[in-house]
Amino acid sequence: MPATIHRTVIVSNEQGLHMRPADLLVRAAARFQCQIEIEKDGHSVDCRSIMGILTLGAGQGVSLKLSATGADAEEALNCIAELFADGFNESDSEVA
Amino acid sequence: MKFSDFVSGKAIRADLRSSDKTSVIGELVESLLSAGEIRAGDKDDIVKAILKREELGSTGIGRGIAVPHTKHPSVNKLIGTVGVSTNGVEFESLDGEKVQLFFLLVSPPDRPGDHLRALENISRQLRDETFCRFLKQSKTSDDILQLLNEADTSQFGS
Repeated sequence: MPATIHRTVIVSNEQGLHMRPADLLVRAAARFQCQIEIEKDGHSVDCRSIMGILTLGAGQGVSLKLSATGADAEEALNCIAELFADGFNESDSEVA
Repeated sequence: MKFSDFVSGKAIRADLRSSDKTSVIGELVESLLSAGEIRAGDKDDIVKAILKREELGSTGIGRGIAVPHTKHPSVNKLIGTVGVSTNGVEFESLDGEKVQLFFLLVSPPDRPGDHLRALENISRQLRDETFCRFLKQSKTSDDILQLLNEADTSQFGS
């Protein structure tokens, strides 16, 4: 069994994990082989499912636990964590 | 957040006629106007804003479901409507499937939390296959309203 690695990220953008960030996460996850999960308050979802990510309802400031299992897990979490750190490249005033 | 907190009962449509993306969005926004949820003078601008949002990426999230939405300064609380298309509409969905079930949302620009909670509620409830199928099979707006009320009182799976 490959080891699972974890990382904690904070939702930094003002709009939270709405549909567009969720879409970006799904697209990022699709570039890797490993299984990636996102967890909030014990509720864990597949990072490849936009509907799953939306069920988290994660607003600004919320802490989420990322888990990745597979050969490229480290690389995948670096990529995903960077999206969170960059606030999904949203400006605060952006519509939608 | 419950469906009854943001879905305008009078705006629900079980018989969407439109067969393309632009016109179905127009039809759904029109339903909000008929229900008295938005003003006539704001309708075109709301349609335009929703279409602009679609250009960033389709809100067709797969499994025959789309959640077209926008923020708009003319509304002071989150409002939404639900529409069903029997034949389905090409919507450039993530999975390429036609969309039969629409949840359209218009939210005030300064309330990102409400928008997130509506998305959370919609996606949680629609994970239930039975609920999703029943909605798509609805023949009248009363059927849809009844299903949403049942979901609000947790008669479907979490």
